[in-house]
Amino acid sequence: MTTPSLPDAAVLLGARVDDWRQAVRESGRALTRAGATRDEYTERMIGVIEEFGAYVVIAPGLALAHARPGSDVLHEGLSVVTLATPVDFGHPHNDPVRVVIGLAVANAEEHVASVARLANVFNDEQVIARIAEARTADEVRALLGLGVPSGEPGGDGLGAHA
Amino acid sequence: MRIIAVCGSGIGTSAILKVNAERALGRLGLTAVVDASDLASIAVAASDAQVVLTSTELAAAVRTALGRSHAEIIEVVNYFDVEEISGKLEESLG
Repeated sequence: MTTPSLPDAAVLLGARVDDWRQAVRESGRALTRAGATRDEYTERMIGVIEEFGAYVVIAPGLALAHARPGSDVLHEGLSVVTLATPVDFGHPHNDPVRVVIGLAVANAEEHVASVARLANVFNDEQVIARIAEARTADEVRALLGLGVPSGEPGGDGLGAHA
Repeated sequence: MRIIAVCGSGIGTSAILKVNAERALGRLGLTAVVDASDLASIAVAASDAQVVLTSTELAAAVRTALGRSHAEIIEVVNYFDVEEISGKLEESLG
């Protein structure tokens, strides 16, 4: 298995959104920019929340936007979007959301390793706030323990709006 | 003992819940098999489970889907808070 990576295109810091739909849409766009998904996947992520509610807000301030595997997932991927102004998703305890992680998996079996990695990272309760305040994609990668994909220069904070 | 972690799609959030439930069980010194499931297959998945872990947001839908199952539903607020999960598991299983 290759080392999981987070391309600059999959990171958007300080996004300005008015509501949870726009927040999820930005996380889906970031996945699409990174080549992990097609646009349809973004709409399916929104559909999951419309159908089941805000359970994707799995910790205070953090939403894990995702949908089932499908033909609109080109390969497994993560995106990270931080919000300039937090928005409510409608969760009784964990609103407002400051960080949206977008997750796309190609099949239900292969994602366990990447999800376990996320669980490790976020078991440190400080991490959500640190990601919310990150100024560069490199900072986000360091916090998540992820690398720069091969073929990208990295190290210059591209993709950040600091 | 069998525990099911359930979410809307059966990937992502339920997988995180599974990982942290296993950590919580380890802290408690308990042994159990933890599986992830989606809402659509919960009735079958939980037929021989003692506990179903899910989000507060999904608890009502899980309760409906479970029907006559004897599994106890535990609502988790923060999926990354192993303290919370182990406290609730201990209360339920202890």
